[in-house]
Amino acid sequence: MEKEKFNIVVFSGDMDKVLAAFILATTAASMNMEVRMFFTFWGLNVLRKKKFTSGKNLLQKLMNFMNKGGAGRLPLSRFNMLGMGPMMMKAMMKQSKVPSIEEFVKMSVDMGIKLVACTTTFSFMGFKEEDFIDGIDSYTGAATFLGEVREGRVSYFI
Amino acid sequence: MKPNKTLDCFGLLCPMPIVKTANEMKKMKVGEVLEVLATDIGIKGDMPAWCKATGQEYLGVEEKEGEYKVYVKKVKE
Repeated sequence: MEKEKFNIVVFSGDMDKVLAAFILATTAASMNMEVRMFFTFWGLNVLRKKKFTSGKNLLQKLMNFMNKGGAGRLPLSRFNMLGMGPMMMKAMMKQSKVPSIEEFVKMSVDMGIKLVACTTTFSFMGFKEEDFIDGIDSYTGAATFLGEVREGRVSYFI
Repeated sequence: MKPNKTLDCFGLLCPMPIVKTANEMKKMKVGEVLEVLATDIGIKGDMPAWCKATGQEYLGVEEKEGEYKVYVKKVKE
């Protein structure tokens, strides 16, 4: 039997929204669905390594210095308060045994969820493949992702 | 009910009990019964939904003072 496809666009790089995306993705994979997460724009930060900055020119380097990458240092969409909010949220998640975003990324790769990085964001932000974590399924454009979306019944944008 | 295996999910929130159940069921043989212990009330709806999606058999839930024992039978690979 062919698996039902579940596609999620992860546009946001906010910890809370990304958490929701991963909860749905891992649940869908547990329910035997073929899951694909397309990380674009701020969402790409989830797949970036923790680095001082990255980029090829000065503008990109400045932007990527402000726009910190790494699943472990995503901001909150509300009450970020210069990092206080995420710190509190992480402690609360730990109290309730909720996996961290980093743990969710690893779990997703282990479960066969396809983590896809958007090539457009990748290029205009001046990233290189070495800026990204291992386990990424592919680097693709919108048409490739939409090709998958057309074959699935459920697609989300977060 | 006599389960072949017990999975402890006490204190875990959604989606972990379901993710762990799916993982555990992969290792079991057809005909075996898994008992899942949970405290998250979401399990009452989530487990039947998971069984429906994956084609496994939902045998029921026992509830006692905020603790849930859910039984699932593996009926196919």
